[in-house]
Amino acid sequence: MGKRSVVPFGPQHPVLPEPIHLDLVIEDEKIIEAIPSIGFVHRGLESLVDKKNYKEMMYIVERTCGICSFMHGMAYCEAVEDVMDVEVPDRGKYLRTIWSELSRMHSHLLWLGLLADGFGFESLFYQCWRLRESVLDVLELTTGGRCIFSVNKIGGVLKDLDDDMIKAILEAVSKVEVELEAIKKTFLFDYSVESRLKGVGVLTKQQAHDLGCAGPFARGSGLKLDMRLRGYDAYKDLDFEPIVSEDGDGYARCYVRTMEIFQSIDLIRQAISKLPKGDIAVDVKGNPNGEAFVRVEQPRGEAVYYVKGNGTLFLDRMRVRTPTFANLPGLVETLKGAQFADVPLLILAIDPCISCTER
Amino acid sequence: MSELMNFAPVVLKNLFSKPVTKNYPAEPAVYPERSRGHIEIDLETCIMCGLCMRSCPSGSIKVDRPNMTWTINRFDCVQCGYCTVVCPKKSLTINPGYQEPGQEKFEASYTKPQPEVKPEVKAEAKPEENK
Repeated sequence: MGKRSVVPFGPQHPVLPEPIHLDLVIEDEKIIEAIPSIGFVHRGLESLVDKKNYKEMMYIVERTCGICSFMHGMAYCEAVEDVMDVEVPDRGKYLRTIWSELSRMHSHLLWLGLLADGFGFESLFYQCWRLRESVLDVLELTTGGRCIFSVNKIGGVLKDLDDDMIKAILEAVSKVEVELEAIKKTFLFDYSVESRLKGVGVLTKQQAHDLGCAGPFARGSGLKLDMRLRGYDAYKDLDFEPIVSEDGDGYARCYVRTMEIFQSIDLIRQAISKLPKGDIAVDVKGNPNGEAFVRVEQPRGEAVYYVKGNGTLFLDRMRVRTPTFANLPGLVETLKGAQFADVPLLILAIDPCISCTER
Repeated sequence: MSELMNFAPVVLKNLFSKPVTKNYPAEPAVYPERSRGHIEIDLETCIMCGLCMRSCPSGSIKVDRPNMTWTINRFDCVQCGYCTVVCPKKSLTINPGYQEPGQEKFEASYTKPQPEVKPEVKAEAKPEENK
């Protein structure tokens, strides 16, 4: 047995977009144990329900995360709508689905870029972010914001899509599809990329299940776990099958996310082809009284929203469980036995969003 | 199924194509119509009800009813657009174009123009009441 030492990793590290600290117990170059600690960006968003009424909270909740902000707002709205027995019009549901899938596309493209940056493939990183830009442009065109859309409201959505916007969305996704096809080959078949990802950080199906992993991280380990199967919004009318890979290594996670972008493109096309006409929102009167529990599939995995109202303008309690929080135990498990040089890649593999986790 | 030179076509295409980025600021940025840049107020229709002040999530709007002024701190504003949703007279709109950066935060104040006809009406009305 070699000499053990502890190497602190983070919260400031070139590969980390957000602050997480890990104490890595290493023996030579091998990780024996990893002890995570978070708490660097806690903002106390949940306690703001005391100060902001339930309609204003939508705009606060949206700012939980900079990437999956739309789905945070959507999940919160759905929870409050559940409490108040509000039925969102079909068109509103479809619009939410379209914007959700566009968010997933830009989040996964961002992650692919960060992964490429993580293993030192700079030009691949820029190619991914170039593609992401066309998704962001179409989001700005349709919602008015690039990352934070502010189009949700309790009872539906605020903005409608006209024919030109639908055309722009279809053009943008077609462009991404064609160009991603070229980049996909590099991610999935390139020798140098495979040498960094294959067999690294293996998490078995049983481990992923026992540790309660979520999202693409769990699907990369063979768990068919996708909250969209629950059929919220328009997903019940759309035809899709979760993308699952059995390998459980870094390559499998990369495969799942790459293929999910194509899946999102397909879902957007399906949703646009079935887009019903009619209202986009209903008026909501009264205050929420009761509690609700909503699970949605964010780009990083399953997010859980719990809302409890007491019949006043201010909610009693709001609780958010984000996918990164669920994936941290899995991350610690994958780090055990890994090489020190693979640590940044393994942390990136769960697509950590620490601001979400700490709220 | 490892392959080599997978990225070469992308690199070659990249070498012989125009830059993707815009030559900003020489080429100005174009914002779409819906872009949420800044809040504008139409003081003609504003009734100074103060709903925007009470509902602003970041607390950046102040409505001073006695002095008829509407004040916004554009540096605190998060461009969520909630004030435009709650405004009963739809006097508030959110338009493209962001606040220019500055060294310190400052507020922009707008005073509602007083209609000139009103004092005359009051002057006529008062003597009548006294009678």
